Amino acid sequence: MSDDSPDSAQPSLLASVVAPVKTLLEEIGVLGDLAFRAVMWTVRPPYRFQLVIAQMEFVGVQSTFLVGLVGLFTGMVFAVQTVYGFRRFSAENMVGGVVALTLSREMAPVLTAIMVAARAGSGMAAELGNMRSSEQIDALETMAVNPVQYLIVPRMIAGIVMIPVLTLVFFLVGLGGAWLVGVKWLSLDPGIFFDRIKTMLAEADLRQGLLKSVVFGFAVTLIACRHGFFASGGAVGVGQATTRAVVWSVVGVFVLDYIITSMLTQV
Amino acid sequence: MTVEAHVVVEGLVKRYGDRTILHGVDLTIGRAETLVVIGGSGAGKSTLVRHLIALERPTAGRILIDGLDVAALSDVELAKARRRFGMVFQKYALFDSMTVFDNVAFPLREQTKLSEKEIRERAMTKLKELGVDHAATLTPAQISGGMAKRVGIARALVMEPELLIYDEPTSGLDPVTSRTVDQLIEEMRARFGVTSVVITHDMVSAFDIADRIAMLIKGRVVAQGTPAEILVVDNPDVQNFIRSSGVDPARFTQRVGRLSAEELAARVAERKRDAAG
Repeated sequence: MSDDSPDSAQPSLLASVVAPVKTLLEEIGVLGDLAFRAVMWTVRPPYRFQLVIAQMEFVGVQSTFLVGLVGLFTGMVFAVQTVYGFRRFSAENMVGGVVALTLSREMAPVLTAIMVAARAGSGMAAELGNMRSSEQIDALETMAVNPVQYLIVPRMIAGIVMIPVLTLVFFLVGLGGAWLVGVKWLSLDPGIFFDRIKTMLAEADLRQGLLKSVVFGFAVTLIACRHGFFASGGAVGVGQATTRAVVWSVVGVFVLDYIITSMLTQV
Repeated sequence: MTVEAHVVVEGLVKRYGDRTILHGVDLTIGRAETLVVIGGSGAGKSTLVRHLIALERPTAGRILIDGLDVAALSDVELAKARRRFGMVFQKYALFDSMTVFDNVAFPLREQTKLSEKEIRERAMTKLKELGVDHAATLTPAQISGGMAKRVGIARALVMEPELLIYDEPTSGLDPVTSRTVDQLIEEMRARFGVTSVVITHDMVSAFDIADRIAMLIKGRVVAQGTPAEILVVDNPDVQNFIRSSGVDPARFTQRVGRLSAEELAARVAERKRDAAG
């Protein structure tokens, strides 16, 4: 009898559909539990301000140059593309406003979160994963120090506070890049460039961008910490945890971006 | 003579998926007693001791410490209970981001209200006793494995806990330092009445410090008793383990053979009285 008969294929087909769904639900459960514990331990003393400041320095200050650099080139590329496209119907005067809108609502929060996931998220996952495999997290527990409070809470606070700040940096530097290309190199009128920014960019656009950045800050640090904190399998396991932390942080950012955008945008 | 029970393990079962690591372990550890757990790799020794300080939750069974079921405690209750425990980890578990001194001072800073001056004195005294005070300003990455082990021991001892668990405290140490560690384990018991659970493959150490020895094979306690009793226990696995340790069993007999089981019990009682006094 052939193994390819429909009877033998059916269970494996069902299993191949059910298994990823089950894994996804389990993952959401683990993340939800960790997020709940982190929130509970945030409000309980002792408050570890020094650890929070150290993490803000790691997540925020050390990422500023990188985020600024990506922001600059993103603004420059956008200016070139929009000038090229809008010239076809003589609408290049809209460039300033369009770049500002795109940066504030999408590009700044999304690309900033991705850059932080790649730089700080991977670092967090690797550090926590190493601490797990070398029993440092167990050592904290035996010394009556809650590892969620000591390790995860400072990182999450740093992410929630610093990713919005970095998003603002991305937005301003990006606008600068667009101005440089549009006004200085492609000879757009500077007055119209800024006027279109003022007329097209509403406070709600900035609010949406900042709200996204806060949610992304929470999600990126939570996912990075989750993969590092529960890493197993020595050096290989830590490497895999770091990869998963970055991949799932980036996927999480795009999924959350769609959810927030569809909730806040009336088309 | 009855020794007050400090730690009681009742029918401890641990499963990870389909794999059963511990098959109903029963143990009683008296107050101020040193229990040495021996057994081959993968026997479940580390899993057993991790349950004692609730780093693992049992699949079935209970662990009672001073009558308190540690697996049933809430996070906050467990944190309070753990202030009375200490553990020396097999892989040292020193915090990479801190200096040697800060590692040893860490539990004092977290769990006591001592001044920074008092913390410095206590931490440096402990580092000195272990002979690693000269490395106080270095980070764990800058010291050898043997030194890191001693720093880990200093960190566990600095809080003078009631229950101390040592996961292979002498592995990776030279013989002289190993005997120093044995003396420290003895001293902690004699001075502070500390109950100790020691996992070791070092049979010299086991027979030197143990009040009782428990042998674990494939997740089951196959023999337990005083060192003198273990030497003559009628179990081929135990005898094979002692022979395979590379040291002539006759030497162990000479080492503890001077004392009968009753004499050993009397020696333990004497130490308890000293500790209590």
